[in-house]
Amino acid sequence: MTSGLRRQSIAIAALIALWQLAAIFVDTRKLPSPRTVMLALGQAMADGALPYHVGVTLGRVAISFILSMLVGIGIGILLGRRPRLDQLFNGCLGLLLNVPVLVLIVLCYVWLGLTETAAILAVTLNKIPLVAVTVREGARALNPEYLEMAEVFRFGRTKTLRHVILPELAPYIFAAARSGLALIWKIVLVVEAFGRSNGVGFQINTDFHNFDVPDILAYTIAFITIIQLIEFAVMRPIERRVNQWRR
Amino acid sequence: MASVSRLEAEIRAKRFSAVAKAPAVTALKDVHLSVAAGEFVCILGPSGCGKTTLLNIVAGLERDYEGQVTFPDCNEHRPSIGYVFQQPRLLPWRTIEQNLRLVLRPTQDAATILQELLTATGLWDFRHAYPERLSLGMSRRVALARAFAVEPALLLLDEPFVSLDEGTADRLRQLLLKIWEQRPATVLFVTHDSREAAMLADRVIVMTPAPGTIQANIRLDMPRVQRTGPVLAALRQRILDPQMPGLLGQVDSGTPFPLRQ
Repeated sequence: MTSGLRRQSIAIAALIALWQLAAIFVDTRKLPSPRTVMLALGQAMADGALPYHVGVTLGRVAISFILSMLVGIGIGILLGRRPRLDQLFNGCLGLLLNVPVLVLIVLCYVWLGLTETAAILAVTLNKIPLVAVTVREGARALNPEYLEMAEVFRFGRTKTLRHVILPELAPYIFAAARSGLALIWKIVLVVEAFGRSNGVGFQINTDFHNFDVPDILAYTIAFITIIQLIEFAVMRPIERRVNQWRR
Repeated sequence: MASVSRLEAEIRAKRFSAVAKAPAVTALKDVHLSVAAGEFVCILGPSGCGKTTLLNIVAGLERDYEGQVTFPDCNEHRPSIGYVFQQPRLLPWRTIEQNLRLVLRPTQDAATILQELLTATGLWDFRHAYPERLSLGMSRRVALARAFAVEPALLLLDEPFVSLDEGTADRLRQLLLKIWEQRPATVLFVTHDSREAAMLADRVIVMTPAPGTIQANIRLDMPRVQRTGPVLAALRQRILDPQMPGLLGQVDSGTPFPLRQ
């Protein structure tokens, strides 16, 4: 075990101890003990509710993530490379960046009804401007020397994008992806609470009405764990692979 | 194999407009050059005389100029061009082999070309390495191999051996000549080093700085193997002082003179 990982484990253990301690002094209905939460977690796992809702939510996270990354990267490269387009759409991007998450969600549901499409669209629209702005920074700073090289050697559009532009933008794309995953799953939960009848957000909303704090915490812990696992098991290895040329 | 290409460049003027606080400059003025198929031409001049701009115009990277560049024997708009930039400009996120593979056309026999060029440049064992692992001299060899990989009808080199120690630079010059003998191409080689020009060129075009114009056009007929020691020194002298009569090189022209052959 690396020392970094050990320190993290110690910190988490300390947090659980603190929680246990607090639970002794606070009303157990408002702050259940770790043990109660673990029992709730076991219960939700056993009756299949948790795997089902987590699965549904993960599906929405995945679709929204992929969509917003693809569209955001496309817009970011375009705006970063075309100053005129950038001037034209800079205002729109700023506007979209500053629309409150809640407003976009409500409007999507109002305009498209309480549908899956509306839910995904709301999440995606929230994330796209953030991806676009990050990638645009990178696209503005692309090294003209490589682009000239690609032009002289007749790479063409596809090859230039794949072998010159995207690798050069990789750090920006990873930054957008990392913050994207964290943001998207939070927004997905809100969208689910508002207008879906399944998923972790829906479940937590139900628990809220039933005042079931152990269940709320159980779902939260399960979901955080899974997102962390994705970060470690998927994002990091990809990043390491893409960065292997750096020494 | 692609045929070598003749080149006619007639650049009346190339101006750079004022940017930020830098004033507008005329980089090139009345540069007319005509290069025969398979000829090795060195363009010699001090820094800032528009040599790189000239290469970029010929390469098609610089389109905003008065004049025209044509390739009379070429049935396409532009022949296949190999360009060795002043900095190697290898993609750092691709291995040596991938860097070469990327420039190849689908019709080329990739395996043979890669094997021949990587072996000739002594890079075969490093083909799976990333460019950041290489020394500058090795990176320059990769850039050279890449330029030859496209089987260029026209090869452009922009001070490809600067900031190397003289021994390494000399070895790379010999390597360039060796590969070029096996893979003929019309060559435009930009340098500020008269010794380098004297070693390599069939013909040296001397340029004046700001705005860049052609000052002299010197043909060197001496076989390259004989260009060592005192002979090389004399050739160099001829290039540096083209007004002086001599036996080693013929001077075709004096001060700014549109060249036609």
